[in-house]
Amino acid sequence: MIVLLLLLFCYLLYSLILYSELPVKLYSKNKEGEIGKLVWQKYNCNSCHQLYGLGGYLGPDLTNVYSSRSKEYIKSFLMNGTATMPKFNINEYEINSLIQYFRSIDNSGKSDPRIFRIKTDGTIE
Amino acid sequence: MVQLNNTNKSISRPFTITSILLLIVGMLFGIMGSLQYIIPGLLKEQLSFEKIRPMHVSSIIFWIIIGSVGSVFNYLQLHTQKKLYSRMLAKATFFIFSISIIVILFSYCFGIFGGREYWEFNPIIALPIFIGWILFMINFIKSIGSFRNQPVYVWMWLTGIFFFLFTFLESYLWLFPYFRNNIVNDMTIQWKSYGSMVGSWNMLLYGSSIFLMEKISDEKKYSSSPIAFALYFIGLFNLMFNWGHHIYTLPTYPFIKNISYLVSMTELLILGRIIFLWKSTLTKNLKHLNSITYRFILAADVWIFSTLLLAIAMSIPAINIYTHGTHITVAHTMGATIGINSFLLLAISFDILATHHNNDIGNKKYVNLGFWMTNISLFIFWISLIIAGIIKSKWQMTLNKEPFSTMMLQLKPFFIVFCISGMALFTGFILVISSLIKYHIFYKRK
Ligand code: HEC
Ligand code: HEM
Repeated sequence: MIVLLLLLFCYLLYSLILYSELPVKLYSKNKEGEIGKLVWQKYNCNSCHQLYGLGGYLGPDLTNVYSSRSKEYIKSFLMNGTATMPKFNINEYEINSLIQYFRSIDNSGKSDPRIFRIKTDGTIE
Repeated sequence: MVQLNNTNKSISRPFTITSILLLIVGMLFGIMGSLQYIIPGLLKEQLSFEKIRPMHVSSIIFWIIIGSVGSVFNYLQLHTQKKLYSRMLAKATFFIFSISIIVILFSYCFGIFGGREYWEFNPIIALPIFIGWILFMINFIKSIGSFRNQPVYVWMWLTGIFFFLFTFLESYLWLFPYFRNNIVNDMTIQWKSYGSMVGSWNMLLYGSSIFLMEKISDEKKYSSSPIAFALYFIGLFNLMFNWGHHIYTLPTYPFIKNISYLVSMTELLILGRIIFLWKSTLTKNLKHLNSITYRFILAADVWIFSTLLLAIAMSIPAINIYTHGTHITVAHTMGATIGINSFLLLAISFDILATHHNNDIGNKKYVNLGFWMTNISLFIFWISLIIAGIIKSKWQMTLNKEPFSTMMLQLKPFFIVFCISGMALFTGFILVISSLIKYHIFYKRK
């Protein structure tokens, strides 16, 4: 019983610390990007695409698509779809918001696994 | 051991039967999804992959959740030897869950999503599920009465119920802009909740499995032993702190990753050990009587070991950077949810729906065939995903990448094997389930 309460206490403490001290505190506000996130969720892009390697696996990871592709390129995918990717009924404003969202994700880091250095204790940098 | 009479079982049965329906429907969606992998653009206008995937994942997760809740209701009454605190509450839970599930599955058809990773549906429908869960929790706590000197499975159920509630709420923190407005923060909290949520339904299910194994072996000592509690605490420790292995590549706090690395992956080992110990205590006679139940538990045992190997490997960051974002992750998730969760749930379903069925009724042949078909095809299914994952991993790590679509084309043969073995898996499950239904009808008549 004591062990249980102790564990529970640690867990709640850990949770509270994480909630109050989120990993990233300073980030540039980006209204359009925040709307873009909701557009991303509205069309469930995550079911085929990954961000930081998490999501569905039918399509490519899009974490750094903003820096690796041009806006026009992204736009044309969204307007036309591909053999697998549907042509969404998406408007200009939503597309621009999505592109801003990709920009903010791109700024947050890289998802390419090649950037990590493996240390001897099995951890990565 | 006192038998539950039909009236008491009337509470758990609807849960079990509904869960099996969800399993069947869920597997069909899975087959659809795998067909879309090999035939690009299949049903693109009507039921594209962004609809099929959540249909598959949600049906399957509800199979596990609803099945586990049913098992808790069933064994809870056997444990207390009393009626439930409230049959009305249990019925309300059942109806709330059923209606929510139907609404969720239809909402995908109309393109209404939650859009989160992994398990997603419109947040509005989370509300009834939350309420249904509260009712379940009240019913459970009131039915148990005093928690003094309770065996380990009661604690596992309680922990599972509490943590599901907590993590379910936590997974909706993104509704507040404070949590969602930065991708790193958002994904950290999201995977904190999902990681522990999986642990919470495993607690429910493993608790019921321990109860079932004690029931069929007539051995009551284990669940009150210090070792059982020690293992339970290790499991709980994992549930609470190992979730960081999902986000090793996310630029979040390094301590999250280090804690997870250290804590990771002992839970499955624990259960493997538990089942392993019981095997020796089962006498031949009892084995015979419950052979199908026993066999699925045994198969889960084998799958625990293979899943464990893969899981431990994937929890080492240095290996995780290779497996992350590839189908090895899918192999792990499906291997665990099919080989462990689904097999245990099937064992429990046989116990709930067809206790003491006579072995010579029905089509024993079909169960046998179904059992082997399920296991062999699951193995092929699993291997094909792992190979596809290894090839994708190589691609991710090369300097001058070919285009994504070229790489996916190379994976096609493995996806074809994946799809066909998935169909065989489905057939195997159907054979087993149809025998289960036969036994159930026979048992009810008796
Ligand atoms: C049904 C699955 C599916 C859904 C849903 C989907 N995509 Fe795609 N997407 C793909 C596939 C597959 C490709 C790769 C096509 C190829 O290379 O042939 C792709 C490619 C892309 C690309 C180009 C990436 C590159 O580097 O070449 C972008 C950008 C993109 N998708 C954005 C989105 C957005 C935004 C959404 C949500 C509105 C979305 N996708 C929803 C399947 C999907
Ligand atoms: C009891 C049976 C099954 C269970 C418990 C199950 C479970 C799951 C789970 C949990 C996921 C999410 C994986 C992840 O995000 O990592 C998933 C994805 C998937 N499953 Fe299943 N599954 C089952 C049967 C099947 C079958 C029979 C098929 C058909 C071949 C199938 C095809 C798929 C596909 C295509 C995906 C999506 C992979 C992706 O994201 O690209 N599943 N399944």
